[in-house]
Amino acid sequence: MHELSIMEGVMDMVRESARDHNISKVNKLKLVIGKLTMVLPDSLQFSFEVLSQDELFHGAVLDIEMRDIKILCKQCGQYSVLEDGYSFVCPECGSNHVDIVNGRELYLDNYEGEDN
Amino acid sequence: MVQVNMESHLLGANELLARKNRTQFSQQGLLVVNLMSSPGSGKTTILEKSIDLLDGQLKMGVIEGDLYTDEDAQRIEKKGVRVIQINTEGACHLDAGMVGKAFQRLAAGDMDLVFIENVGNLVCPAEFDLGEDFRAVVISTTEGNDKLRKYPLIFREARVVLVNKIDLLPYVDFSLDRFREDLVRINPSAAVFMVSGRTGEGIEAWIQWLLGEVKRKNLK
Repeated sequence: MHELSIMEGVMDMVRESARDHNISKVNKLKLVIGKLTMVLPDSLQFSFEVLSQDELFHGAVLDIEMRDIKILCKQCGQYSVLEDGYSFVCPECGSNHVDIVNGRELYLDNYEGEDN
Repeated sequence: MVQVNMESHLLGANELLARKNRTQFSQQGLLVVNLMSSPGSGKTTILEKSIDLLDGQLKMGVIEGDLYTDEDAQRIEKKGVRVIQINTEGACHLDAGMVGKAFQRLAAGDMDLVFIENVGNLVCPAEFDLGEDFRAVVISTTEGNDKLRKYPLIFREARVVLVNKIDLLPYVDFSLDRFREDLVRINPSAAVFMVSGRTGEGIEAWIQWLLGEVKRKNLK
């Protein structure tokens, strides 16, 4: 997708927040990405490496937590984790009457840094 | 060391603008359809045929998204419908900001229905809410059966799926049974219409359904 521009957006958010919190050095960023989204984690890592050359981000680590696709069956009430992302069917009872509970996450969870 | 909790959506700026668009569309009682598909599946031809059938029944406008050229907008303009072309110049999807700006230029005050023809792409448009009422995804029989399984998100999020180029079914390997089997696992509640943009077959049924949606939105 547009991992580079997404990463730029993330870093802008952190930059602004770091200013507000008097943080001069960021050590770690944590993103949460659902497996159903169209965002590629490798490409985000690469974009982060390219973009993190300035003083604030230099040497920082990008931690990406991938979230499984989890459904709630409206038929039998069971939660299940799906192995593949193209068949939204309850493995317990076979119903296709399901809600997707996890897998669409796409957010910056937190970051760690050193304050002045 | 400090940890700062953010919990900020990566496309937060777009979500915000999409919400703004949605509010504005609703205040006008306007139904907005986000039309999506891969390139060449026949979105513009379906639009042309749909406009022909809707002509005289309601007022409509079109926002056209393409990387380059205004060829699609010219085709729509010939139908006597107001159209705004967005050229994304490389970007592979429309976002809510682009649509918001185009909508102002469309001057849709007297309209009942606006079609947004997204950039031909099954990947990125799925992640970008434009503020639409619903998404209509076109899949054509020449693309092959694997598209649903390869791009499940866009089909999962569709309210309606239009299977286009059904006039070519005898000449291609597309299996309608396999399509139905896949869709029932990905999105069982989607409305499905079999159409041919070229011959006009099946367009009437889709338009009747669409008119029902317009009416429902107007009553809200």
